[in-house]
Amino acid sequence: MATLVYLHATENIGKGSLELVTYARKIDSDVTVFVTGEAPNASLETLGAYGAKEIIVNRVLSVSNNQQVCAWLAQHAANYSTILFSHDFNGRSIAPRLSVRIKAGLISGAVSLPETNGAIKVNVFSGKAFGFVKCLTETRIISLLPNSIAPELIGGTCTVREVNEQPSTQGTIAVLEVKKPEGAIPLPEAELVVSAGRGLKGPENWGMVEDLAEALGAATACSRPVADIGWRPHHEHVGQTGVAIRPNLYIAIGISGAIQHLAGVNGSKVIVVVNTDAEAPFFKAADYGVIGDAFEVVPKLTEAVKKFKAQA
Amino acid sequence: MKILVCISKAPDTTSKIAFTNNNTSFDENGVQYIVNPYDEWYALVRALEIKESIGAEVTIITVGTSNDEAIMRKALAIGADNAIRIDAEPTDAYFVALQLAEFAKLNAYDLILTGKETINFNGSQIGGMLAECLDSPYVSVASKLEVEGKNIRVEREITGGIEVLQVSLPAVVSCAKGMAEQRIPNMRGIMAARTKPLEVRPALPVDALTSFSSYASPATKSAVKIIDANALDTLVALLHNEAKVI
Ligand SMILES: Cc1cc2nc3c(=O)[nH]c(=O)nc-3n(C[C@H](O)[C@H](O)[C@H](O)COP(=O)(O)OP(=O)(O)OC[C@H]3O[C@@H](n4cnc5c(N)ncnc54)[C@H](O)[C@@H]3O)c2cc1C
Repeated sequence: MATLVYLHATENIGKGSLELVTYARKIDSDVTVFVTGEAPNASLETLGAYGAKEIIVNRVLSVSNNQQVCAWLAQHAANYSTILFSHDFNGRSIAPRLSVRIKAGLISGAVSLPETNGAIKVNVFSGKAFGFVKCLTETRIISLLPNSIAPELIGGTCTVREVNEQPSTQGTIAVLEVKKPEGAIPLPEAELVVSAGRGLKGPENWGMVEDLAEALGAATACSRPVADIGWRPHHEHVGQTGVAIRPNLYIAIGISGAIQHLAGVNGSKVIVVVNTDAEAPFFKAADYGVIGDAFEVVPKLTEAVKKFKAQA
Repeated sequence: MKILVCISKAPDTTSKIAFTNNNTSFDENGVQYIVNPYDEWYALVRALEIKESIGAEVTIITVGTSNDEAIMRKALAIGADNAIRIDAEPTDAYFVALQLAEFAKLNAYDLILTGKETINFNGSQIGGMLAECLDSPYVSVASKLEVEGKNIRVEREITGGIEVLQVSLPAVVSCAKGMAEQRIPNMRGIMAARTKPLEVRPALPVDALTSFSSYASPATKSAVKIIDANALDTLVALLHNEAKVI
């Protein structure tokens, strides 16, 4: 039976949205996408090429009012056997509500398509293990972790329909302000991440980390103590008690590789470690290692990346 | 003001994660349980800060067995006023949320705080489910919270930024880093916790909506390839040709 995808789209359609539509299409080719956000119809139409059949966009709802978005989705949920969210900040706020509202099991943090027995692989123990979860209700809700499936262009078109449904709710949520750091790539969705730890000695030394990230087109991240002492903003803190990420490439500079840090980054496809200490535990979790001083290695690596990019 | 803080047990962050019974259950052998860090460091401590600044009664609640009373005493030692344990072995997040909601409905809490997620299941489900049961507004992954009369001012993470929200009370908020600083219980707190009320209540019959059928450990990495610190062109070439990530 048909699949519902919920997306919040502001300008252009991000890679995470293409992943969701691809995942939905692989479950069932009858894919309807419910959208909140300002994204223009022209960008929404591009989802047709990834398998969306119909887009229903509601621009009067605020994504932050999860009560309302949930009520809107619930009104239409009966037509679908699978309801898909991203396990991002919006999915985390809406999917659990919907699970209660329509009494459908929620499988959160999915990392792959359902197995033949219906169980879905999810991330548990903060990246230290996987679990296989079965949904015991007829309708299932899945929230998918970013970078879990590659978007697949299959060609095709979709229709876009605009609606203005605005269910009433009991409480109120008003957005007072949005603070956006300029130009930063959001960490949870980033494919490439350059991260640094206490080995960098002080916040004034992050220039070289940012240079490397910029040369690669990567997001920046850090270890917990670095965020705790205020060298870097909290949202860059990765690990068991920070953001858990699963990029294609994670470059760890001057990070020892404590078990709590590894928990949040173990899901990375390829890990590169730069550390002066050949005995640093991180090397055990790495694919490539450079034993050396970050202050020498990082600028050289940035040059090597620039050289490669210039040739490519 | 009445604040309810939902806490969960979680294996200590250094625990070895292994499975038994043909990979169908978590191997608890030698595992030390702690209060889930998000619940303790952020939700509980922020509740106590609110209590200290404007006055509040802070109740902690957990759905668990008598084994969980040790972590509850820890939360009381940090400063919670009283504790509720709903006596059941949790089956899934829905089961837990319905138990919490049942209790919350009886007591008209102004504010209910949870951690952003547990470090063992990483579901991020309880707060939102509980809010829906109570028909309350919900803010997930909040990094700041101030009480302003009948409202709260909350900051929550969104993709690529921070959103500042004004939310009417009663409300449910899931708490993450930034909200507060970890507190270590002192001797007086530990002594006082021994005599603070810990009430045990029976659970409602609730059918779970999901179930874990098995677990798996991540594939082990092959040995690291060490690249000479002066041969970084080689590293870039490997990342392109071999790893195919750039
Ligand atoms: C309950 C709990 C939860 C936690 N959660 C997290 C979490 O979510 N995320 C997290 O990151 N941590 C977490 N931690 C902390 C974790 O245990 C480590 O303390 C932390 O990750 C260490 O950070 P670090 O690697 O930056 O610093 P350090 O351990 O100090 O390591 C610095 C590294 O830099 C290297 N170095 C020094 N100078 C140079 C140089 N010039 N060039 C190259 N390398 C150099 C050193 O050899 C060393 O390996 C948690 C801890 C606990 C108890």
